[in-house]
Amino acid sequence: MAEEKKVVRKKIEAAVQMNRYMSDYFYELNEADKTRSRKIAWCTSVGPAEILRAMGFLVHFPENHGAMLGATRMATDMIPIANASGYSPEICSYLTADVGAYMKGVTPLSRAYPGIDRVPRPDVLVYNTNQCRDVQDWFAWYAAEFKVPLLGIHTHRGVKDVGDAHVASIASQMKALIPQLEAISGNKFDIDELRHVLTLSKECSSLWKKVLDTASAMPSPITFFDGTIHMGPAVVLRGTQTAVDYYNLLLAELNVRINNKVAAVEGERFRLYWDGMPVWGRLRDHSDLFAGAGVNVLASTYCNSWIFSAFDPEDTFNSMARAYTELFIVRADDAKEAYIRRMIEFFKVDGIIYHDAKTCPNNSNCRYGMPQRLEALTGVPSLTINGDLNDLRLVSDEQTKTNVEAFIEQLEEK
Amino acid sequence: MKDFQPVFAGIDVGASRTKAVILDCAQQIIGRAVVKSGTDFEAASHQCLTLALLMAGCTAEQIAKAMTTGYGRKNVAISQESKTEISCHARGCYYYFPQTITIIDIGGQDNKIIKLDESGKRLSFKMNRKCAAGTGAFLEEMSTRLDIPLENLDGLARQSMSMVELGSFCTVFSATEVLEKIRQGKKVPDIVKGLFFSVIKRVMEMDSLSEHVVMTGGVVAHNSYLVKMTEEMIGRRILVPDFPQLTGAIGAALYAQTIMNYEL
Repeated sequence: MAEEKKVVRKKIEAAVQMNRYMSDYFYELNEADKTRSRKIAWCTSVGPAEILRAMGFLVHFPENHGAMLGATRMATDMIPIANASGYSPEICSYLTADVGAYMKGVTPLSRAYPGIDRVPRPDVLVYNTNQCRDVQDWFAWYAAEFKVPLLGIHTHRGVKDVGDAHVASIASQMKALIPQLEAISGNKFDIDELRHVLTLSKECSSLWKKVLDTASAMPSPITFFDGTIHMGPAVVLRGTQTAVDYYNLLLAELNVRINNKVAAVEGERFRLYWDGMPVWGRLRDHSDLFAGAGVNVLASTYCNSWIFSAFDPEDTFNSMARAYTELFIVRADDAKEAYIRRMIEFFKVDGIIYHDAKTCPNNSNCRYGMPQRLEALTGVPSLTINGDLNDLRLVSDEQTKTNVEAFIEQLEEK
Repeated sequence: MKDFQPVFAGIDVGASRTKAVILDCAQQIIGRAVVKSGTDFEAASHQCLTLALLMAGCTAEQIAKAMTTGYGRKNVAISQESKTEISCHARGCYYYFPQTITIIDIGGQDNKIIKLDESGKRLSFKMNRKCAAGTGAFLEEMSTRLDIPLENLDGLARQSMSMVELGSFCTVFSATEVLEKIRQGKKVPDIVKGLFFSVIKRVMEMDSLSEHVVMTGGVVAHNSYLVKMTEEMIGRRILVPDFPQLTGAIGAALYAQTIMNYEL
């Protein structure tokens, strides 16, 4: 019988420290929720978290919770609950999993962190539509449920070149949040505090970029699948010293790997780029599928989404507006294609995997002919796999496996 | 005459049917068989290979190398080595048509469009999404709904005088549509031709076609009228190998032979 190859996973030692930091983060939120000692804001993952932190809020990120629901494979049981209450199976499965879990009264936080039995209750919800419109509807559901204010930034989408008009528009929307956040937090806005938070955020972003860039080494010391786990602090702790400390630690470990030619995937034969969301409930399976064939999926658009190079503490609002609008997901296809071409070159990739996530059209970049255009331009072959970030009813493991194996066979024949 | 002559076996363990091919050293097909895969892939592959060996007049000991492919390629003990059906169909088709080709394979569970260059190298491939539309499973479901044996569909479609077009992607919705057409008094041959047309449309939506098109798979093997309809749709002749249901198994056997030559 053709045996499946056993994959030996190389553990990243820094993960132990990351788990401690993440644990502290969730317990701090839980404590504030139980004692109401600190105000809590919910924020979209690429939203104006820096403003909230600077105004003294602890920040919960529902997308992080959505990903946890996916990674623990709880999501697929929660999504139907939201479906039954009018939220379509076609819309964001972070939204449906998260709302479904809330309706059922469960959270993956309870499994990971004993004593936490619910998500922290918000005093305010703040979204940014730079990723999609679903976040607005998602947060609106909770605003109605908790009877708390819902604030939002409405970002221009499909932007080719980010211009001054875009920046001015978003910066003014950010500024307009301040009086409302002052009223909710009871704290006066302090520009120096925002500068301090933004400095830390910029440092976190810069270190996170360096971490991801280590994948350009041959062999790569890190995989995309590692990245999806280790991006946790960049999502939920950016703007804190903790995140900076963590990425210094992780970067040092990866640099040692590079110096010692330690490969994340033993015998790295091919290097692939992943576009789109991970399939959270299949992270390990997909990691093993590729690594077992000596293939490293080593870079991604997704993990790069938490790089905010434009942050400038001397020009707080404008630079945040620019950074949050420059993101890949906000951009027009020509800007996205230019970006991926740079990634192909920088990471020296042999092929691209596009994940067409059924419920996440904004993070599925294969629906308007991009794979065909890029392949014609670069000669780098690609494969599109159908699936979803959270809803495993939309994932066919056998189809994925056959497609991936056939793609690797194609690379071998090249 | 084949005693002690090495042979090469390719076994395509498909979701619906298992196919086996025995090749001699001159790459001639000397044995072949098709059986239902059922629920025991191991038993089906064993039975299929036994039948193919019987036809070839060979014993299992003569198999120098075996290669499995298809949905159950890793579930059978016949071989330690497997390749995906994408690679094997490509190899099998190129064996018959060594030129730049686009292969349309319509199987029981999935469809594939595979593009090869003039040297047989794969340029790209597409498989259908997680949906039965356009596959053999769609026709199987419809034959049950219409209470017509699967093997009668081709003959019925040929009798059609005025095809009924079906609009839905979905197998379940298509079944509802078919019932609606029956209520409207449409003739069964016209509905069956409409089902064939639906299969072709689903496949054509998957990718563009190059000049030379090859069609393979069990659905093609048993429904040659579907090929004729596709030819009319694209306006050119379609190439069909001698055993369109066996191209995956032929490709697997060719890979087995290549590996042995390499090893020797």
